[in-house]
This record gives sequence, C-alpha cells and structure tokens, in this order.
Amino acid sequence: MSWAGPEDVYLSTSLASYLDKKLLVLLRDGRKLLGTLRSFDQFANAVLEGACDRVIVGDLYCDIPLGLYVIRGENVVLIGELDVEKEELPPHMTRVSTAEIKRVSFTFAQKAEREASDLKGTMKKRMDFLDMD
Amino acid sequence: MLFFSYFKDLVGREVTVELKNDLAIRGTLHSVDQYLNIKLENTRVVDQDKYPHMLSVRNCFIRGSVVRYVQLPSDGVDVELLHDATRREARGS
Repeated sequence: MSWAGPEDVYLSTSLASYLDKKLLVLLRDGRKLLGTLRSFDQFANAVLEGACDRVIVGDLYCDIPLGLYVIRGENVVLIGELDVEKEELPPHMTRVSTAEIKRVSFTFAQKAEREASDLKGTMKKRMDFLDMD
Repeated sequence: MLFFSYFKDLVGREVTVELKNDLAIRGTLHSVDQYLNIKLENTRVVDQDKYPHMLSVRNCFIRGSVVRYVQLPSDGVDVELLHDATRREARGS
C-alpha cells in the first residue's frame, strides 16, 4: 500500500476541476440543485450561481430559479458534472410550470402519506397475534 | 489514514459506491482524500430509471460523510496486507 506521508494530509479530492461548470448538486433533503460552481472550500461548502431547484414528480419536472446560493457542505451528498452533449433528463419527461408542479407534488405527498399509514396499519394487524396489550 | 492509503491504491479500479440515501453509483475511482471524499469517473447509476436527474452525470464528487458502502472487486482486497496494516495501526494508537 502506498502509505500516506506527511504531505498527503493536504491532498484533497479537489472541486477545482468543477469550477465554472454547470453542475448537479444533490442535497441531503433530496433536493436537486443545478447551477454553476463559483466557489468551494475544504468542507464542500459551495457557491452556485444561477441555481435552480429541479423538482421531479413522476414524469413531470420543473426548474424553480433560486439565484445565487451558498450551500453549507454538510448538506451536500453529491456534486455531479453534467455532460453538455447528453440529455439531462429522459425524453419521456415533461416540463411543467411552477404552479403545476406544486399542485402535483402536494397530491403525490398526500398519496405517499396515505400509503405509509396503510402499511403501518397492516403491520400492526400482523402483530396483533402477539397479544401484547 | 489506513483507509485513505487503501483507497489510494484502488485508484483506477471500478467500484460501486452506495450512499446513505440508497443511491448506488458505479464508476472508476479517480481520487480520494483524507475525509474519504470520493471522485468517480465514467459513472453509471444503478437503477437509472429511479434517478432520471442523474442521466447526464458522467463524473461526480461524493462527500465522504454520505457514503454507506464502497463495493470493490473481490480481487481488489489483499487481505494479508490489510491485516498487517491494521495490526500496525492498532499498535501505533
């Protein structure tokens, strides 16, 4: 194994190669931000210019513009370089307005909540035989 | 430092990184750092249909703190060497 020497402590997987590029930043809360990287530091804090939040619900998506964003590194999951020669999204996906995506995501969230509580209900029923009460 | 050294030796190999948000990305290990941040090249997402936003991403930087697993080729592990290194590291601390 190539042992880490004292100078290797300063080695870092640098984000410098991503500067001024259009990137996809995935955040811990599931948000997908797109924008141009203008600055970063050792904590993966980042400055994104012209940032937008790509909201995807099923086959619909919407890019909500955000402007200049400073992202705290602890929230960053992944920073991906977008290949300009490739399509950013599959062709079957449709772009909709902000109002439409908000409406759809509300219905989607309601449905997800209902499914979660249904699942909880069926699991409880299965545990009933234990007669723990 | 042990895993940093270990990953440095694996640079150039094909790995699959599974993240805490369940996203799994296969790619060539480009670089690693002391925080075990990982840079992958030539990436493909496992279960691409579930993650349409990742379609055009070919290179990425992954923050070390969000990694759950790094899946390696079975010949990527020299167990003897790792054992020796671990014993040495344990003795040192």
